[in-house]
Amino acid sequence: MTAVVEPEVGRARLRKEDDRLLTGRTTWVDNIVLPGMLHLAILRSPMAHARIANVDVGPALRQPNVVAAFSGADVADVQGSLPCAWPVTEDMVHPDHPPLAVGEVRHVGEAVAVVVARDRASAVDALEAIEIDYDPLPAVLDLEAAVAEGTPLTHTGGTTNAAYTWIFDSADAGTGISVAEAAAESEITIARRYVQQRLIPASMEPRGVVVDPTGGQLTVWSSTQIPHIVRVMFALITGMPEHQIRVVAPDVGGGFGGKLQVIAEEFITYLAAQRVGKPVKYTESRSETMVSGHHGRDMIQDVTLTATRDGTITGLSVKLLANMGAYLGIVTPGVPLLGAFMYNAIYKMKAYRFECTGVFTNTTFTDAYRGAGRPEATYAIERVMDELAAELQVDPIEIRRRNWIQHDEFPYSTISGLQYDSGNYQAATDKALALIGYDELRAEQAARRASNDRVQLGVGVSTYTEMCGLAPSRILGALRYAAGGWESASVRVLPTGKVEVVTGTSPHGQGHVTSWSQIVADRLGVPFDDVTVLHGDTRVSYKGLDTYGSRSLAVGGIALVRACEKVIDKARPIAAHLLECAPEDLEFSEGAFRVRGTPSAAKTIADCAFGVFAAHDLPEGTEPTIDADAVFDPDNFSFPHGTHLCAAEVDTETGEVHLRRYVAVDDVGRVINPLIVEGQVHGGIAQGIAQALFEEAVYDADGNLLTGSLADYTLPSAADLPTFETDRTETPATSNPLGVKGVGEAGTIASTPAVVNAIVDALRPLGVTDIRMPCTPERVWRAIQEATK
Amino acid sequence: MARISVTVDGIRYADDVPPRTLLVYYLRDLGKVGTVVGCDTSNCGACTVLMTDPDGRARAVKSCNVLAVQADGREVTTVEGLSTADGGLHPVQRAFHENHALQCGFCTPGMVMTAVDLLADNPNPTEDEVRGGLEGNLCRCTGYQNIVRAVLAAAAERREAEAEAPAIGMPVSEEVPA
Repeated sequence: MTAVVEPEVGRARLRKEDDRLLTGRTTWVDNIVLPGMLHLAILRSPMAHARIANVDVGPALRQPNVVAAFSGADVADVQGSLPCAWPVTEDMVHPDHPPLAVGEVRHVGEAVAVVVARDRASAVDALEAIEIDYDPLPAVLDLEAAVAEGTPLTHTGGTTNAAYTWIFDSADAGTGISVAEAAAESEITIARRYVQQRLIPASMEPRGVVVDPTGGQLTVWSSTQIPHIVRVMFALITGMPEHQIRVVAPDVGGGFGGKLQVIAEEFITYLAAQRVGKPVKYTESRSETMVSGHHGRDMIQDVTLTATRDGTITGLSVKLLANMGAYLGIVTPGVPLLGAFMYNAIYKMKAYRFECTGVFTNTTFTDAYRGAGRPEATYAIERVMDELAAELQVDPIEIRRRNWIQHDEFPYSTISGLQYDSGNYQAATDKALALIGYDELRAEQAARRASNDRVQLGVGVSTYTEMCGLAPSRILGALRYAAGGWESASVRVLPTGKVEVVTGTSPHGQGHVTSWSQIVADRLGVPFDDVTVLHGDTRVSYKGLDTYGSRSLAVGGIALVRACEKVIDKARPIAAHLLECAPEDLEFSEGAFRVRGTPSAAKTIADCAFGVFAAHDLPEGTEPTIDADAVFDPDNFSFPHGTHLCAAEVDTETGEVHLRRYVAVDDVGRVINPLIVEGQVHGGIAQGIAQALFEEAVYDADGNLLTGSLADYTLPSAADLPTFETDRTETPATSNPLGVKGVGEAGTIASTPAVVNAIVDALRPLGVTDIRMPCTPERVWRAIQEATK
Repeated sequence: MARISVTVDGIRYADDVPPRTLLVYYLRDLGKVGTVVGCDTSNCGACTVLMTDPDGRARAVKSCNVLAVQADGREVTTVEGLSTADGGLHPVQRAFHENHALQCGFCTPGMVMTAVDLLADNPNPTEDEVRGGLEGNLCRCTGYQNIVRAVLAAAAERREAEAEAPAIGMPVSEEVPA
């Protein structure tokens, strides 16, 4: 009998992925070298909006080592248009998005022409020889001005800069009353404007593409989060038969939504490779990433909260302007919708209205960035909850407590129409308060206020939730998204009992190989080290919807569980045959089938795998395999939640913010690997703090990106961040058999409002009620000056 | 073209390079693709390697910020040359593994090399000194917490090893095996 082993799920397993990464034995796209491979460089627009009067690549062709050069005009008939898979309304304006600009450029950094050469340096050098004349056109840069009467158009020949307006109203949806009715019952109205600055995802590995058109098929290596989606899009856009297209996401150096895109550069490299009939590589420079990779956030939020004097929220109205940039990327219009259902957050209310207008401007297009819609929503509601608390002079924790959904009210149908399956906001909050020593901090705050201390202390609260585990296909369909939200897994038991798992998720830092091994080890009762996980190559993993929206575990992990269950079901009759008993007399645990009442007689999954491999003696009519595939389509989203508390010291003379403590208690449901979960939380918090304090993509009046390098766009370093104190509560999701929720975005969603609430809390006695992000020393100082004038 | 002679991870190379070639691209052309390029303004540190200075002391340098010709006559150690003589992980690499100090792994080679240099300079750093010492290396995944923990753990391990067997130091940058 097998010894009782510690379950793998829940263990802090060190990662299987690490060894190669630590020793530099990696396959980043830029490391790929193929025989005869040529190199591509891209000439990009220096103008925000201009007509291309003339372009001549001839002089570039005469440069040394140059093999080919072409511009958008040369490929206008064959290049097609980059996809937007989320036409959120029937009448959404959806302009063409050519990989190489034809006739007109609409943002700085847009690809205009290319050179293909023997080496990268020659290609870059030859770009200088391309002759190009631009006739400047008026550039639309301001989000509010863009939708005003008489504003120039982002797309010449268009009719409006408004791409769409999308509305949710609880009165129409039947989930509540109208916000007007709710307002009539209210005693307090808090109206605030919050600005979500534009951010740049900035994964450490810039994007890269290698396209090999030789050998009667097309192979595309891309630094992408979505190899499966890229493959489908290549088939749809190029007309190349899908079965002849292979897309590989090799080692991918981070994504954060920035690589959730079907990019111009993939198609430009393809066009070049087709032209020269050779493999072509494109590796972007960081400066190119900054202007051509999609950006995130960039919204203006007008939020109106109504309440009664006892602090009970009655209604919430949100009017949003969302900057699309110049084009619509794969899910650009849908990003605000992912937030639309979350503004009501963990709170009960009678009425909710959300109205979003997507706006074109002559800037780099926006799309998903870690959290995509939910950080914006969470920021707005958590900020305005603090304003309500301040108005009523009650503690921000207390105002939340009066309004949040109680543990015994789950499952709970929210005002925005979602059904929260589980949650325990009280438990997470109590734990966080104890961990940070809330009362002591409030006492210190009071003392500093009383003594007019130059350094004031603020405590910021964020009791967030989010929707992730994207997503139930029927809901995506109802929201007009073009694809589904299922995920796939295959489990193969090799003749020697080792297990090969194929997943449709596409990890780029999340440690799926390790976590998936833990899940399979438990389910099949095999050692952790006996499981390998294959991913990220459509030849190996032909079916999948990839990694984003904290979906991999909550959807892909469940597919894996289902596949394991099928393996056991298929192995059962084999084991029964080997044990000469009836299948229904067998029970399966710890990797072996045992006859009930006779536990010494056992056959393992490995025995069954060898049995079907030899196939000498199987029950009549048995297919000789125990391998299984499964596809899981979730019934519901998952809803991680938690309470983050930030203690910030603000120097009232310099405006400098020092994060003294940062406490995060997250409830992400059942945890497969606490080490990996903690790592995701750390990184998520860091990115949320970065929005609160450091990062902003800034354009000048001509549409030039002023923050076009890592010297100007200030990613935080180790010296800029505090140590995070993390803990968890564990309220299992009831919507999936693992009880998991997802953790990839939670930290980012939670932390931005916690930090800004802390800063505003520190300065509220001075009359400061808001500071526009990022809260740099200058902005904080100016807010203090303004308030104390 | 300029003729250079550089020792990389213990192998001596003699090459003619265009004078404008950056060390990082020279290394990558040699096949040392464990060293990566993350930016073009020397902010991210992903390309960090150790290079000996004129008196033979190995120092962390951002190899995107050094011309290959400046490496003439020097010894360069990349993340690929860091492992111990028996092929095992360098103590800093091991500490990164044990403390989950990497996620996507793209910043890791540079981060590890900077950490090796940091500990050679300051074998007993405080947390603040580690954070300050890693300031020139950006990571987007980890929030740095586990990286800092790993560097402190590597330092502690080295102290313990020295306490047990004072004569035998842990490998540090200048003792990197060829």
